[in-house]
Amino acid sequence: MNWIDTIVQGVLLGGLYALFASGLSLVFGIMRLVNLAHGDLIVLGAYLILLIVSLLGLSPFVAAMVALPLMFALGYGLQKFVLNRVLGEDILPPLLVTFGISIVVQNALLQGASADTQRLPAGDIGVASLNLGIVNIGVLPLLTFGSAVGVILILNHVFYRTALGRAFRATSDDATTASLMGIRPRAVFAQATGIAMMIVTIAALYLGLRASFDPAVGPARLIYAFEAVIIGGLGSLWGTLAGGVIIGLAQTIGAAINPEWQILAGHVAFLLVLLVKPRGLFPRAFD
Amino acid sequence: MALLSTHGLTAHYGQFQALFGVDVTLDAGECVAIIGANGAGKTTLMRSISGVLRNESKSIRYRDLPIGSLAADEVMQRGIAMVPEGRRLFPSLTVEENLLIGAQVRKGQGPWTLEAIYELFPILKERRKNAGTALSGGQQQMVAIGRALMSNPDVLLCDEISLGLAPVVIRDIYNALPRIRAGDAAMIIVEQDIGQALKVADRVYCMMEGRVTLTGTPQALSREAIHNAYFGAAA
Ligand SMILES: Nc1ncnc2c1ncn2[C@@H]1O[C@H](COP(=O)(O)OP(=O)(O)O)[C@@H](O)[C@H]1O
Ligand SMILES: [Mg+2]
Repeated sequence: MNWIDTIVQGVLLGGLYALFASGLSLVFGIMRLVNLAHGDLIVLGAYLILLIVSLLGLSPFVAAMVALPLMFALGYGLQKFVLNRVLGEDILPPLLVTFGISIVVQNALLQGASADTQRLPAGDIGVASLNLGIVNIGVLPLLTFGSAVGVILILNHVFYRTALGRAFRATSDDATTASLMGIRPRAVFAQATGIAMMIVTIAALYLGLRASFDPAVGPARLIYAFEAVIIGGLGSLWGTLAGGVIIGLAQTIGAAINPEWQILAGHVAFLLVLLVKPRGLFPRAFD
Repeated sequence: MALLSTHGLTAHYGQFQALFGVDVTLDAGECVAIIGANGAGKTTLMRSISGVLRNESKSIRYRDLPIGSLAADEVMQRGIAMVPEGRRLFPSLTVEENLLIGAQVRKGQGPWTLEAIYELFPILKERRKNAGTALSGGQQQMVAIGRALMSNPDVLLCDEISLGLAPVVIRDIYNALPRIRAGDAAMIIVEQDIGQALKVADRVYCMMEGRVTLTGTPQALSREAIHNAYFGAAA
């Protein structure tokens, strides 16, 4: 067994988990909403890309670009017409509603696309790899990780360098005072969920390129996303990447020792981090 | 015709009624002070006008239009800005970002820009990269005032402009008041310090237990009348 190889694969796998987690982290950070349908929405995104690929004969990468604005619109509408109505002091109604959405999405996909497993056609890129002497790095895992870093760089730029991001942060701090600045918190929330759905689309692209999927795989993606967000510390995007990398590493190392340990090792790493740092690695200074 | 007026304004927190038919008017360019003991309903009045608490549409009129049922963001976009009680700076924004966000949605006509605010309160320029909440209470109040001015509002609501601040800081803020008034905004300030209120205001309203108990110009009000309106006539 090649340990360097295992570690590199683990880190790169963490990029996929960070992509799963970034949308969840964004939405939680801005409106304290835990979206239990997040994993199913990633799966929905993968089916949407697949549909565009088969209808228009595009490559999955181009199809994902087409899906981006559609998913933004879906997220915007979902927030505006459903989630905004249940957001409030009580955290239970939004939890129940997103749980309901999760079930609706799963069943709709079962109806519309059957339970058969699907895969996005990766073509040559799916098997391409770079030989770096000591390790062989797959191009697709590398692209996944690069996309995760890119997404987080862009999100951080939006958050800390643009007027939109200023409105996001202000609304997250104190929605009432933000409204005294002329900002409409509900519109901010809708924009944020729209952006989260664009990240979901990118996550969906790599989910579908790297492994097969079916309507039932959403909840497991939600768990990985959750663990990455919580390990990183709620609201910190770089923390989310670190969280994804820790789970990815634990899984590949676990699998290298015994293939049956892969999933378990990820969860154990999550629990260990929580034991040592209950608020995650990079908690926000205030909340 | 008044720029802003309330008509039999009431407000409730659940079962509890906090305002009982409050009538207040504000003319263009005027500075009105609201005084009254803790719990009199001053903040509730400010929150009602600014749209944080929704009301019947016709209970508040602004530029001769009913605005009582508008949301806070809509009220602000029409030119009524608020310095809320307790400052309420955004902790994840720097001082400068706290100021900029005041003009992010509405940038009205008028003298107030980032530079003008820094001229008004020079200390803020030095601290512009700091987190807003890292500042002293007085400096935070300056940020809160500047943030509200940035949109060049036609009406500025200040809830507890000096409460809890050190005397030197209160002096700085009151020294800035004439320049703020020269910027043409009409003002309603809530002030527990009756002496300060009488010095700066064109007219004063005294509130007690959700009602206006006295109103008039500072010159026309006797100490005794104010005392009675503040603490109740039986005292
Ligand atoms: N959020 C609230 N919930 C319930 N009661 C409130 C709330 N805010 C204020 N009150 C009550 O309303 C009355 C008026 O309060 P307030 O407007 O804050 O007075 P003031 O600003 O003059 O001190 C007080 O009796 C206060 O206890
Ligand atoms: Mg008050």
